[in-house]
Amino acid sequence: MKVLKTFRGGVHPQDSKSYTRDKAIVEMPVPKKVVIPVSQHIGAPGIPVVKVGDDVKKGQLIAYNDTFITSSVHASTSGKVVDIGVYPSSYKNESLAIVIESDGLDEWAPGLPLHRDWESLDIKEIHQIVRDSGIVGLGGANFPSHIKISYGPEKKIDTFILNGAECEPYLNGDYRIMVEHTERLAAGVKIAMKSLNVKRGIVGIEDNKPEAVKAMTEALKGTDVQVVAVPTKYPQGAERMLIKVLAEREIPAGKRHSDIGVVGMNVCTIHSVANAVISGIPLIERVVTVAGDAVAEPMNVMVRIGTSFKDVIEFCGGLTKTPDKIINGGPMMGYAQGSMEVPVVKGVAGILAMTKEALCDGEEEACIRCGRCVEACPIGLIPSMLSILGERGRYEEAKEKFGILNCIECGSCSYVCPAKRNIVQYIRYLKNLNWEHSPHHK
Amino acid sequence: MSTQINAAETLLSVSTAPYIKSEDTVSKIMWKVNLALAPAAIFGVIYFGVPALINIVVSIIAAVAAEYAVQKIRKVRITAFDGSAFLTGLLLAMCISPEMPPYMTAIGSVIAIVIAKHSMGGLGQNIFNPAHIGRAALMVSWPIAMTTWSTIKTPVDAVTSATPLGILKLQGYSELLETFGGRSELYKALFLGMRNGSIGETCTVLLVLGGLFLVWKKIINWQIPVVMIATVGILTWVFGPEGFFTGDPVFHMMAGGLIIGAFFMATDMVTAPITKKGQIVFAIGAGMITSLIRLKGGYPEGVCYSILLMNCVTPLIDLVIKPRIYGTGR
Ligand code: SF4
Ligand code: SF4
Repeated sequence: MKVLKTFRGGVHPQDSKSYTRDKAIVEMPVPKKVVIPVSQHIGAPGIPVVKVGDDVKKGQLIAYNDTFITSSVHASTSGKVVDIGVYPSSYKNESLAIVIESDGLDEWAPGLPLHRDWESLDIKEIHQIVRDSGIVGLGGANFPSHIKISYGPEKKIDTFILNGAECEPYLNGDYRIMVEHTERLAAGVKIAMKSLNVKRGIVGIEDNKPEAVKAMTEALKGTDVQVVAVPTKYPQGAERMLIKVLAEREIPAGKRHSDIGVVGMNVCTIHSVANAVISGIPLIERVVTVAGDAVAEPMNVMVRIGTSFKDVIEFCGGLTKTPDKIINGGPMMGYAQGSMEVPVVKGVAGILAMTKEALCDGEEEACIRCGRCVEACPIGLIPSMLSILGERGRYEEAKEKFGILNCIECGSCSYVCPAKRNIVQYIRYLKNLNWEHSPHHK
Repeated sequence: MSTQINAAETLLSVSTAPYIKSEDTVSKIMWKVNLALAPAAIFGVIYFGVPALINIVVSIIAAVAAEYAVQKIRKVRITAFDGSAFLTGLLLAMCISPEMPPYMTAIGSVIAIVIAKHSMGGLGQNIFNPAHIGRAALMVSWPIAMTTWSTIKTPVDAVTSATPLGILKLQGYSELLETFGGRSELYKALFLGMRNGSIGETCTVLLVLGGLFLVWKKIINWQIPVVMIATVGILTWVFGPEGFFTGDPVFHMMAGGLIIGAFFMATDMVTAPITKKGQIVFAIGAGMITSLIRLKGGYPEGVCYSILLMNCVTPLIDLVIKPRIYGTGR
C-alpha cells in the first residue's frame, strides 16, 4: 500500500469516541413541538410558504427561496403550524422559525417515501432533487449541497472525495452511518460521482475506524472508488487537509476545493443525498452524537430537525451533573450554546454537555513563545503572533504579515497552548473587526 | 440512579472553541526544567561544598521574592511560585562561581527578575534570558569575584584554582593536558564534572541527561543543543592552535558553560526563535560566537555572551523565517 504523506502540524487530542462508538443509532420519538429555523444554511434564508394554522405533513416544503444560494426547509413531522417568529437558534444566534405542534401521527406528505431507480435519472434531475430536498453540508459547513454537487463539468471537477475522517473527538455519527447504512451511503457516493460526472472517487476514513474502512471497501468493491485509511490526526477531516492527503493537491489561498477540481462531501450529507434521490425523503432528520460527562446515557440519536437540545438530552436520560457548557458540535470546533432551548438544525452533528472539570480550562497567561502552536498549526501560521495582535486589535498587520485570512479556525493552536491562550477567539475577533470596518458591512 | 439536573435552572457559559485543552501548563513546563537541572545542581553542591549550596538557595529565594514583590507592587496576578522565577534563580546560581559572596548572588538574582524580566513586561516579553542578564551584570560589577574559582585537586594531584578554559587561554593546551595528566584524564574529568567552573556547569553527563529528559518531554527541541554544540566542536577543531584541524573539539564541547548553555539557555523558549528552522539558525550563530570568543576573544569563555547576542537577533529571525502557509508559495 502506498504510504500517505500527511499534512503539517495537527494535534492528537483524546478522541473520547468510545462512549458512543459501538452504540447503534436510536430513533428518537417525535417531540411535541419542533422549532424549524428557515435559515440553517449559508445563503439566503427560506421564505415561509405556510401560514400559522396550516396543517402540514412530514416532508412537506415549508420554506423556500428562489435564489441559487439557499436551501429549502421541510416539516420534520406532521401537525399544525402554531407560530412563525424569531427564535433562538443553534445556527446563527437567532432566526425566523416555523413552529409545528405535532399531531402525534407523523404522517408523510402524499407520495412519500417513494422509490426511484437513480441510475435512470439524468444529471439535471439529480441536481434538482438535491436542491428540492434541502440538503446542506452536514459536517458543520452548512453549505447548500446542490451547488457543490452540480459543479461538474464547468469547474473541471475530476475527483470526488467522501469525507469520513470524523476527526472531532466524541462524534460518531458519520461512523455509525458508515457501518449501519453502508449500502445507502455507497449508493450516495455513486450518485454524487454521476452528478459531478467524475471517474475518480476516494473515501477517506481515519484509521481509528477500521470497521468503517472494511465495510465501505466491501460495499464499493468493483467500482472506481478507492477507500483509504488516513492517519488519525486532528484536523484530518478539514477539507484542505483531507484533499492534500488524498488528492495530493493544495487549495490555493482564497480559493475553494472546486477550483482545483475536487469536490469533498461529508458522510451524513451524502447519506441524505442518497435518501433524497432514491426515496424522495428531504432532509428532515439527522444523526446527533449526544455525549459529555454530564449526560446520563451518551448515544447516537436520529433526531428530527427542530427538536430542542433539551428534548434530545432528556431522551438520553437527562443530565446527571451540572454542565458548564452545552456544545453544538465537537469540542474542537463546536459552539457553546447559551440555552438548551435551541433547536437541532441540519448542521448539528453533536450535542455535548460538559462539566467544568471535563473542559480543563485554565486561566489565560502571557505567551511564553514555546512554539507549540506554530508546530501544531496545519496551515503554517504563527498563531502566537495572531493572538498577540488580537490583543492589540491590529488586523492589518495580522493580514499582511501573518496571513490571518488563511486560518481555518481548527483550534489546534489553542488546544496545545500551555499558557491556555484562547488564540482562536483572538483570531475571530480580528476577523470581525475587519468585517465591521469593511464596506460590505452595513 | 444519580440525581437529575433541571436543565432550565442550569447556567451555561459561552466561549470560543476549542473546549478541550492539552494538560500542559506553563507552570508544569517550568518545574520540569527545574527538575532537569536538579541533578547537575546537586552534583555541584556535593563537589564544591557548602558555599555552592548557600549560593543556590540564596539565588532562588532572591528571585522568587523579587518576583513576588514586583507583582505585588504592579498589582498583577502573582505568578512568583509558578516555577519560572525559581528557574531563573537556579540557572543564575549554576552559572556563577561557588566562591561568589552570597549577597552579590542575591543582587544578580534581583537584577535578573526586576530588570531583565519585569521591566520588559514579565514572562514572555523579555528579549534576553533573565539569568544571563543577571550573570552579565555581576560580571561587569564584580569581575574579580566572578572569576575567582574554588581550589581543587586534579587527577594528578595538581592543585589549581583556574577553570580548564582559563588554563587553556593563559597557559596553553599542553599545560592543560599536564594539569589533568593526559587527554583521557582530561576528558573524564570534564565528562564527570571533576573540574573547576561554575556551580552547575561542570558535570557534562548529568546535564546531558537532564537535557534529554526535556527532549523526551517535548519541552525543548533537540536541534538547538545539538547544532550549537556541534558548531563549537567543528569550529574549534578546524581553527586549532597549530593550524587548521589541530583543535581539540571534544574538550571544547564539554568545557565551560557550553553544555548547560546549549541545553538550558539557548533553548529558553521566551528568548529563542519560535520556529524550528529559526532555532537552528540561532544555534549556529550562538555556536559561532562562542567559538570566536573562546579562540580570539579576551575572555576564556563566551557562551553567555553569544546567547545574549543571538537573543537580540531573535525577533529578526522570527520575522524572516516563517513556515510556508498552506496554499501559498511562501
Ligand atoms: S502555544 Fe501558547 S505559549 Fe506557546 S507560543 Fe503559542 S501562544 Fe505562545
Ligand atoms: S485555528 Fe488557525 S491558527 Fe490555529 S492552528 Fe488552526 S489554522 Fe492554525
